[in-house]
Amino acid sequence: MPHVIRLQVNGDRYEVAIEPWRTLNEVLREDLGLTGTKHGCGQGDCGACTVLLDGRSVLSCLTLAVSADGGDVRTVEGLAQGRERLHPIQEAFIAGGAIQCGYCTPGMEISALHLLRRRPRPTEAEIRAGLAGNLCRCTGYAKIVAAIQAASARMSDEPG
Amino acid sequence: MSLPHFEYFAPRTIEEAVALLAGAGGRARPFAGGTDLLPRLQSGLVRAETLVDLKRIPELCAIGFDPASGLTIGAAVRLADLLDSPDVQRRYPAMTDAVSQTATVQIRNMGTIAGNVCNGSPCADSVPVLIARLAHLALMSPRGERLLPIGDFFKGPGETALEPDELLVRIHVPPPPPYTGFAFAKLPARTASDISAVNVGVMVARQGGVCGEARIVLGAVGPVPLRAHQAELRLAGATLGARLLEEVGRLAASETRPIDDLRASAAYRRDMAAVLVRRALVVAATRAGLAVADAAPAGDATGASE
Ligand SMILES: Cc1cc2nc3c(=O)[nH]c(=O)nc-3n(C[C@H](O)[C@H](O)[C@H](O)COP(=O)(O)OP(=O)(O)OC[C@H]3O[C@@H](n4cnc5c(N)ncnc54)[C@H](O)[C@@H]3O)c2cc1C
Ligand code: FES
Ligand code: FES
Repeated sequence: MPHVIRLQVNGDRYEVAIEPWRTLNEVLREDLGLTGTKHGCGQGDCGACTVLLDGRSVLSCLTLAVSADGGDVRTVEGLAQGRERLHPIQEAFIAGGAIQCGYCTPGMEISALHLLRRRPRPTEAEIRAGLAGNLCRCTGYAKIVAAIQAASARMSDEPG
Repeated sequence: MSLPHFEYFAPRTIEEAVALLAGAGGRARPFAGGTDLLPRLQSGLVRAETLVDLKRIPELCAIGFDPASGLTIGAAVRLADLLDSPDVQRRYPAMTDAVSQTATVQIRNMGTIAGNVCNGSPCADSVPVLIARLAHLALMSPRGERLLPIGDFFKGPGETALEPDELLVRIHVPPPPPYTGFAFAKLPARTASDISAVNVGVMVARQGGVCGEARIVLGAVGPVPLRAHQAELRLAGATLGARLLEEVGRLAASETRPIDDLRASAAYRRDMAAVLVRRALVVAATRAGLAVADAAPAGDATGASE
């Protein structure tokens, strides 16, 4: 039996009727058309599906949409505030060459946002621990870590 | 991921949740973070017609500390909530060590400590320290509530003392006894997303200048987490030194029953168990205020953190 749930995603309110076995990842991508959030392994290993739910980074592939009813979701589409500028994390990823194929990037950036909100000036070890749940098959992580350090420096000057 | 079909309920009280489980005659499952359950439903390892979500039950979301009764952890408390708790940070450092080395940030933001226990995995990272702490589990069913020592909870890989209509509602961890130290170590260390090949939780009590009671619990080296009783007895009344800890580590390893699997061979697990026990004991002794003569510094690559 479908459940009617309410979600706030990147500030927009949605009401959708969904079956209880649908994941948040499926509902974001298929019902709301927000395909920025990726689907990789579907088992909790890769982090490509990471979103913020009520301010915490979670795996949308292992979250039942019905259990997120009433929740506040932020995806990569909602990282940038406004149309003029990307988020400092996104700018740092681009400037630092931390994106190759880009499949891991939405999840990496959401994990970076979760980390920097809790630890505005993380050490390299803290960044690596913060990203332990996000796999990248292309870049080898050094550039991603450097990009997050750069974003951290910028965001401490101008919080976003 | 494509999940099989099930019904979903999000009750607001423990009574409603227990009634839902009882009414389903074994075909319903408690659902907390879902980080163990959803992959198992997906692969068909577990079947359920109904999921009973515990996260909307306010009573289960609470974590509390009282100097007389200790720490009370509700069944819907997430691993990340535990790490954020000032009481846990201040008084239960080995639990912080264990939980911070469990899984990844996202999984800790979703998964619960109760789910880690109820899953019944011999590798569960929060379990060795809970056993060393003599934690109790409050289990609720239509027949009422019972309190079970966590050491009696595990029956085999994936098998626990839970009845199908029974819910773990709270974990009780006694207050830190005076003059004791606890420690956790796991391997692989700090590569967080790896399930442990070996993990240990230990307690050392100080009695004057020697070791009083000791507890040593090993995970992932048997069908359930094991106490190393002979090694514990060898420590009681002993003056701690590097050579004794070597011997105790080997003794503890000889009490394990590891298997070969994808993650590690049995022989490797036994060797590593000896090393982890020794290192965790050094940390626990230091926390208890006991000097260890000629010990190698703790907290190096095998993850016994100080
Ligand atoms: C990528 C990945 C990495 C992981 N890494 C680790 C790791 O390093 N160390 C580790 O120990 N674990 C690890 N896990 C396993 C898992 O994340 C943890 O065991 C977690 O704590 C489970 O909690 P949960 O709330 O998600 O449980 P759920 O999946 O909700 O439940 C687990 C089981 O317990 C039952 N259950 C849950 N709550 C109750 C209750 N209150 N009463 C009765 N039954 C209940 C459920 O029915 C289910 O059978 C990992 C999992 C993944 C996917
Ligand atoms: S798709 Fe969710 S963790 Fe890989
Ligand atoms: S850029 Fe390709 S997976 Fe990370």
